[in-house]
Amino acid sequence: MLNSPPSLSKTDPAGPPTSSAARPALPGWVDLRTLALLGVLAILVLVGALTKPDQFLSTGNLQLILTQASVIGVVTVGITFVIIGGGIDLSVGAMVALASVWATTLATQDFGFGGMLMCAVLVGLGAGLINGVLIAYGPMVPFIATLAMMASARGLSLQLSEGKTQMVTVDSVLSLGERDAYVLGIPPLVLVFAVVTVLGWLLLNRTTFGRRTVAIGGNAEAARLAGIAVKRQRLMLYLLSGLCCGIAAFMLIILTGSGQNTNGNLYELDAIAAAIIGGTLLSGGRGTIVGSVLGVLIFTTITNLFALNNLQSAPQQIAKGAIIVAAVLLQRRLNRTDN
Amino acid sequence: MAPPPKDSPPESPPVEEPPSAPPPDDSGRQGERPSRVPPVLTMTGITKSFPGVRALAGVDLEVAPGEVHCLLGQNGAGKSTLIKVLAGAHQPDDGEITWQGHPVTLSSPSAATAKGIATIYQELDLVPHLSVAENVHLGHELATAGFIRAREAERATRSLLSRLGHPEISPRALVGELSAAGQQIVSMARALSHEVRLIVMDEPSAVLDPDEVENLFRIVAELTADGVAVIYISHRLEEIRRIGDRVTVLKDGRAVAGGLPAQSTATRDIVALMTGRDVEYSFPRRTEPLDESAEPVLRVEGLARRGEFEPVDLVVRPGEIVGLAGLVGSGRSEILETVYGARKPTAGRVVLDGKPLRTGSVVAAVKAGLGLAPEERKAQGLLMMESVTRNVTLSSLPRFSTGGWLDREGERTAARARTGELALHPNDPERAVRTFSGGNQQKAVLARWLLRGCRVLLLDEPTRGVDVGARSELYALIRQLADQGVAVLLVSSELPEVLGLADRVLVLREGRVVHTAPAEQLDESRVLDLVMEGSPEPEGRP
Repeated sequence: MLNSPPSLSKTDPAGPPTSSAARPALPGWVDLRTLALLGVLAILVLVGALTKPDQFLSTGNLQLILTQASVIGVVTVGITFVIIGGGIDLSVGAMVALASVWATTLATQDFGFGGMLMCAVLVGLGAGLINGVLIAYGPMVPFIATLAMMASARGLSLQLSEGKTQMVTVDSVLSLGERDAYVLGIPPLVLVFAVVTVLGWLLLNRTTFGRRTVAIGGNAEAARLAGIAVKRQRLMLYLLSGLCCGIAAFMLIILTGSGQNTNGNLYELDAIAAAIIGGTLLSGGRGTIVGSVLGVLIFTTITNLFALNNLQSAPQQIAKGAIIVAAVLLQRRLNRTDN
Repeated sequence: MAPPPKDSPPESPPVEEPPSAPPPDDSGRQGERPSRVPPVLTMTGITKSFPGVRALAGVDLEVAPGEVHCLLGQNGAGKSTLIKVLAGAHQPDDGEITWQGHPVTLSSPSAATAKGIATIYQELDLVPHLSVAENVHLGHELATAGFIRAREAERATRSLLSRLGHPEISPRALVGELSAAGQQIVSMARALSHEVRLIVMDEPSAVLDPDEVENLFRIVAELTADGVAVIYISHRLEEIRRIGDRVTVLKDGRAVAGGLPAQSTATRDIVALMTGRDVEYSFPRRTEPLDESAEPVLRVEGLARRGEFEPVDLVVRPGEIVGLAGLVGSGRSEILETVYGARKPTAGRVVLDGKPLRTGSVVAAVKAGLGLAPEERKAQGLLMMESVTRNVTLSSLPRFSTGGWLDREGERTAARARTGELALHPNDPERAVRTFSGGNQQKAVLARWLLRGCRVLLLDEPTRGVDVGARSELYALIRQLADQGVAVLLVSSELPEVLGLADRVLVLREGRVVHTAPAEQLDESRVLDLVMEGSPEPEGRP
């Protein structure tokens, strides 16, 4: 319809000065922020190697760090999408707890590996669906809707488990946590984390889903007026977060060989913090999966360093807080320079 | 909003001084008054750079007490930066500011305020959830030991508001509930709540209706009669002629002309200084006659929204441009957004190519072939942090994807082709859209619909915040789209724009269509009469 090109004068004095030469030759995800995060991680590794040379760099310890990062990492990938889309999900920890409890009830364990996995995933999706419907169609403020889910899901998981630790008796589940199941020295959970990361990256950067997520987070009104189904996209984001929590819950079951209502405690704070450190804008519209994953690795490495050096968790919390502040201040500086 | 103040006896300061400040139509004020008195403000060699941009490259500006000094320049010429320097919001890299004879450093907004410099920004800086009185005294609350003396603040606010000709605004009203024009009055009251010697007004008339503009001019006249200097920024030359004493023209961060007499400098010269060309915008004429027999693409039947606009009927044929003329608040934008599905109508329907659209659904409207260039480009139209490409393809993502997987190269190629057609400058669609000028941002919005291939284009204030040069380009572009068979529904506050572009014009007043006529049968004064008085007798509709 609008085919033949309107030919207009090529002069527009209002145009800003061109700086076309300044196109970085690096691939898209290797930017200054990523390099800065890698730098921080490298420093932490260096500190570990210097303070506890034998222990920190041992294969076992590295496997431990990565395994610990895996569960919270999967949760973080999900929450990164939600935050980029202009939302927040405070219920991730509670959803992990509920999914882990539900999937380890005696009734569910009767269905074996597949049944438990299915259960964890469905519980996550279900909770995510409720979040999404409330937020997109309620409409409710994400903070409040997911705060309510955080309370309810945690409560329900307490009720289901009666506060007891539910031991897993299904061998095929337990065996995945064993050393025998490692692939080339890599624990299966780490592989899952890696796969989720890659899929998350592709979803964010290479699909319409990702593009729409960035659009509604950057300017929901503009996205709506461009014809994007904003509500449906919001719903999908919370579904995705729920799905990630379901997967993470199953990973936690493998890791601990049990399910309990205290699982995933404060995951929401760790996941949000990791995303923020990774450069995700809390107001939405900007963020990267690589950044979030590096954020998770930085946090986990700090925890590990403190544990190896026999330090209490108090200084560890303080250090994490300081890192969040430093990361955000640094990013503001970086943002200013490339504007 | 407020009725135009008739003679408004001001309660407080405005002193009746020799060059008394009678209401606007005062022809006694000519451009000679300044320059005898020592200037209140002198800026010399002001430079300011931002990473990658030299916003000001040595600007000189001299303002006399009691004068209206107009700043003219295209977008990006440096006006905003200059007034931010003056407001203490930016620190100049170099240059000197002399205030009332003394060199000063305006290190912060509060330092500027303390000196008596007030700035009324284009984007109003008010707190929507606070009351009018609280906003007026924000930052310098009337308080005893931290406790606010609310009554006194309200009294003071009330007297400021009546001085500004708007006694009907309650000091207790929440600012967020006022109209844009009302908010501007509050901004002005805030400026006057300080001891001011210079007020900077950044496009104050952009959000105002004609009668409110008159009120603004009256206020300006009163202020200057008091010896307060006004720096007045506007895109509208006729306003500058009306109230300006002298004009400084900025271009590319330099003052290309300073202190020109506002009334006697030829328009041609001013435009030439601003653009380097000597044409004002012109409206392209239709090349082929409109096919009157063609079946309308868009048919709006009895569409209404309670409290916003009464049932409206209209048709737009392929290739036709239909204009909606009316004041702010007459329901023009609301009609446009309801047609587009962004608002749900309380009655009526929208029919596209004979098929009724699901009402209240933008998704359905876009799918059916509607496109909207919204009024607030930044807030409603664009993802400012994203590249032009991503903004352009936003409404056509399915076309560039297989099973949700994006063909990014295809996107880039298609976007570049469209922006090339629209002469995006610079034609680098990978750059973030926020780095482009207003006119070029609008081109990005249009490119989105060009790419999508829409049948009906709804344009809401397509040239707001667009400079003179880029305007003509946009006009030519809109005409060209229509000539290709797109049906265009156009809303604009600028009557020449509606009259110059549209084939047919619907005149709106307070949510009602009061007149419909071919554009060539209307002129500006006739339309102004209609929008302000309303048509006395029901006019025959063609």
